[in-house]
Amino acid sequence: MVFRTRRLAAASVAAAAATALVAGCASGSGGSSSGASGDTLTLWTHNAGNSAELDVVKKIIKDFNGSQSKYKVELQSFPQTDYNNSVVAAASARKLPCLLDVDGPNVANWAWGGYLAPIDVTGSQVPVEDQLDSTVGTYNDKLYSFGHYDVSLAFFARKSVLDEHGIRIPTMDKPWTKDEFDAALAKLKKSGKFTYPLEMGTGGSGEWWPYAYSPQLQSFGGDLIDRNGYKTATGTLDGKESVEWGDWFQSLVTKGYMAKKSGADPNKDFLAGKSAIQWDGSWNATKNAEKLGDDLAIIPPVDFGKGPKIGGASWQWAMSSTCSNKEGAQEWLKFSRQTKYFVDYAKATSTIPATNEAATQVEDYQPGGRFAVLVQFAQKYATLRPVTPAYPYISTEFQKAAQDILAGADPKNALGQAAKNIDNNLKTNNNYSG
Amino acid sequence: MTTKTAAPQRLRPVRRTRTNNARRRESLTALGMATPAVVLLIVFLVVPVALAFALAFTDARLISPTPARFVGLRNFTQLFTDPVFYKSLRNTIYFAVVVVPLQAGLALVLALLVNAKVRGINFFRTVYFLPVVTSMVVVSLLWTFLYRQDGLVNNIISTLTLGHFQGPDWLGDPATAMPAIILMSVWQGVGFHMIIWLAGLQTIPAELYEAAELDGATTWQRFRHVTWPGLRSTRTFVLVTITIAAFSLFTQIRVMTQGGPLDSTTTVVFQAVRTGYDQQQTAYAAAISLIFFVLVLTVSLVQRFLTREKD
Repeated sequence: MVFRTRRLAAASVAAAAATALVAGCASGSGGSSSGASGDTLTLWTHNAGNSAELDVVKKIIKDFNGSQSKYKVELQSFPQTDYNNSVVAAASARKLPCLLDVDGPNVANWAWGGYLAPIDVTGSQVPVEDQLDSTVGTYNDKLYSFGHYDVSLAFFARKSVLDEHGIRIPTMDKPWTKDEFDAALAKLKKSGKFTYPLEMGTGGSGEWWPYAYSPQLQSFGGDLIDRNGYKTATGTLDGKESVEWGDWFQSLVTKGYMAKKSGADPNKDFLAGKSAIQWDGSWNATKNAEKLGDDLAIIPPVDFGKGPKIGGASWQWAMSSTCSNKEGAQEWLKFSRQTKYFVDYAKATSTIPATNEAATQVEDYQPGGRFAVLVQFAQKYATLRPVTPAYPYISTEFQKAAQDILAGADPKNALGQAAKNIDNNLKTNNNYSG
Repeated sequence: MTTKTAAPQRLRPVRRTRTNNARRRESLTALGMATPAVVLLIVFLVVPVALAFALAFTDARLISPTPARFVGLRNFTQLFTDPVFYKSLRNTIYFAVVVVPLQAGLALVLALLVNAKVRGINFFRTVYFLPVVTSMVVVSLLWTFLYRQDGLVNNIISTLTLGHFQGPDWLGDPATAMPAIILMSVWQGVGFHMIIWLAGLQTIPAELYEAAELDGATTWQRFRHVTWPGLRSTRTFVLVTITIAAFSLFTQIRVMTQGGPLDSTTTVVFQAVRTGYDQQQTAYAAAISLIFFVLVLTVSLVQRFLTREKD
């Protein structure tokens, strides 16, 4: 009996070990190159469920496949929430596709991690130099990605409401100053018509926090990290100007100007008249204009001292480092760089076209168009999130600090702890040098 | 099974080799049947646990161009100076200490009620069990709306008190966030343990109750001397499963509060997931998981010791 049990156990372990070995080999045998079988290339996008943008991707693929007979691109789309995890998992298993899209601020991290290969798109219809800076992803002076569009944040308001309360409608030449903005909010609050006059989407999560609020921090003169070498956040993220931003950000809640956590659909609340001024993306510009018509004011970001700022970079195209058919992948990337596709994206998704030439072909964004001002925001105010492999970590720390500040934490302590954590992360990763 | 195949062979004792062959075939069958489970256990349990042990002493990251290096106890020294970790630990224990007796007790009360022989009892069993079969993510999303400052819960409070009392921002206030999550979690989980108690209750022979009744035992005495001792093994099971489930509090936190406000709802598992995936620090997350493993193991062993068969 004992003998049998032991033999059974031994055999089971042997069988299991064999299975594990086979499984291990299977994941290892992908080798160092994949993502294509011969001249058929796989392309991944985060656009499942976003049919407007996905249709443009499909169109480019169809045009490309029809334009020549050598290469064939096949599309695979993921829901945005699962996309990054899928890429990381595929990368660990060395199963990345040849072509993939990547959120702008992640480019440095993925390039450093060895997921992406530098690309060469010289000879394509649109030169890279023509693009908005924020739509080009570089790391260590090499080009890794480019996007067809960018988005811009702006304040949206009703002209009639601002006029009624004697609030000046700012322009790019003369944006609101901090004092002016605070005074405007005080007036709106005092009118009693709005529970919260300002809506900045504080119910959002993830990358929205650094995207929406770190430009305000930068306008105060602070930043997420010392951009000189990207080696420390202490003294910058918890510096005097950053703490001033924290105090101001917190005061919005303590003075009752802004909800600690806004509703599920902030734009709906704004359009319903629940809030007077909304800090939101250009993606809602069309919807707002349709509802409010000429009453809609598109207002530049507030100048808190160092000029108005917005975050730059949206989704961009890149090539994986494990791609076994890099020529084919670059052919597709080059092919997609035609002005007509830049135009298609902008029209389909009401985003800002990445080149001036494309902008002139989109009614809303051409000079004099109703959203032309958003193009200028993207050109003049866009600041890239720190281009360092540490960015995903910095992003989570900033998000937590900002949320804690709104929940009542001392801004100096919250930012100080975040800066300390970031420095520690940089140190234990050898400043992401290797 | 065994007797069925062995019996005809015993009729023909001459052919001993056949017996050996049959035995061998039997053990091969057993092996074949055990293998899938063993393989799954090894691949999804033993290997990850072993990996977590190994990774906790390296600087492995989710995304990194360099291979992981051995760094000794660095992750642990960092962990023990991390203020958020202590808050996570405290919140996890707080949650477990409140939820375990509350949920187990409430489930027992419900089971006793539902075990009574009245009409329409299946309806109530279904009602109490309904939250269990609803996904925790869905439940969390729904309760997030209920708990809002202008949500249903506060509307009810306001109506009941004729507008004299305004409810707090349940999930936005550090003082009420954890109690709010506890309440919701108990509501969601209580049905499951009610069913287990119910199963235990129905194993108690009816004769015992009849005998107790003949002896003139009161309701309380019947519960104290028949029901309670009869639920002995059920009790251990309920206790152990609730405790382990309570320690692994995660989904509600991820969906409803993300650990906030001011770390008042962060838990050990939440911190491990946030560190491992959102912040890409695999090794650090492995260290947190290791501590979590030790914590659960200790509590389970203590419980095993306290609820052991004393004879």
